[in-house]
Amino acid sequence: MARFIKPNGLHRRLEGWPLVFTVLVTISILVGGLVEYLPMVLIDDSVQRIESVRPFTPLELAGRDIYIREGCNNCHSQTVRPFRHELERYGEYTKAGETVYERPFLWGSKRTGPDLYRVGGKYPHLWHVRHMEDPRSTSPRSIMPPYPWLLEKPLKLDDLPRKLRVLQRLGTPYSEVEIAQAVDDARRQAREIAAEVEAQGGPAGLADREIVALVAYLQRLGTDIRTAETAPAPSAPAPSGPAPSAPAPSGPALAAGE
Amino acid sequence: MEQTRTTPASTTAAPGSSNVQLFSYDEQIVRLFVLATVIWGFVGMLVGVLIALQLPFWPANLGEYLTFGRLRPLHTNAVIFAFAGNAIFAAIYYSTQRLCKARMYSDLMSRIHFWGWQAIIVAAAITLPLGLTTSKEYAELEWPIDVAIAVVWIVFAVNFFATLQRRRERHMYVALWFYIATIITVAVLHVGNSLALPVSFMKSYPIYAGVQDALVQWWYGHNAVAFFLTTPFLGLMYYFLPKAAERPVFSYRLSIVHFWSLVFIYIWAGPHHLNYTAVPEWAVTLGMLFSVMLWMPSWGGMINGLFTLRGAWHKLRDSVVLKMFVIGITFYGMSTFEGPMLSVKSVNALSHFTDWTIGHVHSGALGWNGFMTFGMIYWLLPRLWRTKLWSERLANAHFWTGTLGILLYVLAMYASGITQGLMWRAFDEAGRLMYPDFMETVVQIVPMYWVRLIGGLLYLSGVVMLMVNVYMTIRQAPKSLPDPTFAAPAPAAAAQPAAA
Ligand code: HEC
Ligand code: HEM
Ligand code: HEM
Repeated sequence: MARFIKPNGLHRRLEGWPLVFTVLVTISILVGGLVEYLPMVLIDDSVQRIESVRPFTPLELAGRDIYIREGCNNCHSQTVRPFRHELERYGEYTKAGETVYERPFLWGSKRTGPDLYRVGGKYPHLWHVRHMEDPRSTSPRSIMPPYPWLLEKPLKLDDLPRKLRVLQRLGTPYSEVEIAQAVDDARRQAREIAAEVEAQGGPAGLADREIVALVAYLQRLGTDIRTAETAPAPSAPAPSGPAPSAPAPSGPALAAGE
Repeated sequence: MEQTRTTPASTTAAPGSSNVQLFSYDEQIVRLFVLATVIWGFVGMLVGVLIALQLPFWPANLGEYLTFGRLRPLHTNAVIFAFAGNAIFAAIYYSTQRLCKARMYSDLMSRIHFWGWQAIIVAAAITLPLGLTTSKEYAELEWPIDVAIAVVWIVFAVNFFATLQRRRERHMYVALWFYIATIITVAVLHVGNSLALPVSFMKSYPIYAGVQDALVQWWYGHNAVAFFLTTPFLGLMYYFLPKAAERPVFSYRLSIVHFWSLVFIYIWAGPHHLNYTAVPEWAVTLGMLFSVMLWMPSWGGMINGLFTLRGAWHKLRDSVVLKMFVIGITFYGMSTFEGPMLSVKSVNALSHFTDWTIGHVHSGALGWNGFMTFGMIYWLLPRLWRTKLWSERLANAHFWTGTLGILLYVLAMYASGITQGLMWRAFDEAGRLMYPDFMETVVQIVPMYWVRLIGGLLYLSGVVMLMVNVYMTIRQAPKSLPDPTFAAPAPAAAAQPAAA
């Protein structure tokens, strides 16, 4: 070591060889990447699948892209940590297997607003419509921006087949039929949501507005494992991987962080 | 420490020796980058102040294109890639030429780098408010812009390495090591994290999903901090601080040890952004361990910086440049102490998702990146424009308002972050959440948001003072600023073993 770093040592020589120096730097920065990240990226089984977790429907996907466009992730996280206070506030903590269709992941880094991972089913559709139009109408002192244009802008669905196709290429299991019928399917789901909003006493004619897609997405969030829990047959999340239980990400669910 | 000739050309024309070459430095490119730094710094921080206002005062969300969700990425991209980015390019183009005793390899490539980078920033400023975003932090720009970034970066790299190759100085000074690490690593990270399949001209889906996407993103995100906001600024420090203090660097050995350990360890620390998430336990624990280890090499840099001033502390009194540098390095030390602490799981359990992170970010960003940049600019201004700085007093006023701004900003965020973190986890005696309504925890911290706004405004007014000083200094500069010429032995004389 001393030989290496002394004023006229080996390192001094290295400083005269930019090429060698650059190669060594490259190796140094690649080691961590290769050991720590690459296994996760290459080994598909490193994330245990959960059978009840399904890809987003076309309309939910459109809503998700609106969520991304509006940058909701800058204020809302989408990942519940395994602490008692978070389980009480938000619900079950997020499992790796639930995230496999999240392209991109939207876990966020800041909770200016509450976590949304389990918001699906928490409120009626109409609540979300009112809240997005004017957050102060449902949460009096809210600091969330209003998004009234979501109730006005026409919902664009024509690019859905292409979106599903790209996701299919990347590994999301959309069938050919689903891709071919993506637009019709989205329209049907949009009509259902709009009808329910109207039935709850909300504004009519939202079926072709962006807001229905966003509501569809929000109502889907975090519900896949709930469906599994209420379903009669196999008990709770049935992982297809080798291990019998869903991966507990970071230690025991209830103990940490108190 | 290297010796840079500052004598005018006429006196250095070496007599007789055929081995001596005359050459000049491209100073115009440095001037361009300095101006871009100041202008984008103002824009980026103005957006910062606007989003700081939007949080306590929602009516400041000005319609569809200017909501918080769309402007926050604009702020981060503008301050990181436009303000800090142009600043490090100014530092690199100024110091590399002098450390290599060679003009940049290609003036054309330098221009392509400059204008290409500005075009990318403009593209970001247009697309982000339009909602065209990938959502991945610090990598929000969509794929066509990502491609442009890669191309411009390659031009920069070729120009830089070709300059190294033509150097007339045998050994590469430590600043150059940090520049090499920056250029290589940013290229690797940018490409690795941006891999995506396009759906249309401005929409794509990443090739990674869920947990994998999260890991790759924070491999990138954390090392954007490391290799965009840290290593190039250390290079800047190693060049400009000894210049301004007129002292050699404190320890050559320390610079070797801390350089290699920093470069090696930083990459591993990414998963500390994913504590307690669905990412596998082993990855997160590795991330935490390496983050704690990172404290040492980080402080190695701080110590080498501060101790370079040994015996020169009295110079601080009349050098605004040194004052800026000292505050900058001190904040570097503070944020790199805080960072490892925040990586520890039990601390992160409290701090994650709160304003504590925002406080940490801005102690690094405003203190370290901002003040190192300002110090460099105040040092460069008289040299690049060959006149006196227009007003030392104004520069001092900038120093004090800026420092006060940082303190208000950072303290407000610590108070709000810890308050909110504690309120989220509080239980009452019956074992129920004490504050089940999320809004209770928001209302509590709104006053802190106002304090942060004041801090931000102070800091921004410091930047305005800088702009005035830059403008007035340039106004009094001579009309023509020809590149200075120098003389040095030809590269062949300074034989280069393997690299040639
Ligand atoms: C400036 C930060 C901010 C932005 C941007 C933001 N929100 Fe919010 N959001 C909040 C806050 C604060 C609350 C809590 C008060 C309330 O209910 O409005 C909240 C509450 C919510 C809730 C209710 C959650 C619950 O469990 O009660 C939903 C749903 C929601 N936001 C969706 C969104 C969507 C969708 C977007 C993007 C279009 C968005 N938010 C953008 C700050 C924000
Ligand atoms: C006038 C000065 C500035 C002000 C008022 C300001 C304000 C803000 C605000 C309000 C946020 C959002 C915080 C939140 O979501 O709760 C933010 C985020 C951020 N700012 Fe600044 N900022 C300033 C300068 C800078 C500078 C100079 C840099 C970098 C060099 C910077 C880097 C960042 C980063 C990286 C984030 C994102 C943090 C995260 O995601 O955790 N800011 N800033
Ligand atoms: C030893 C050095 C450092 C370590 C170990 C470190 C560690 C951390 C940790 C643990 C977080 C919080 C992650 C979370 O809970 O979400 C964080 C966030 C951050 N740090 Fe550091 N930090 C270091 C130095 C710095 C420096 C010098 C800067 C310079 C500006 C910086 C910029 C940031 C930014 C921008 C974020 C926010 C990322 C985001 O969530 O968007 N860090 N850092």
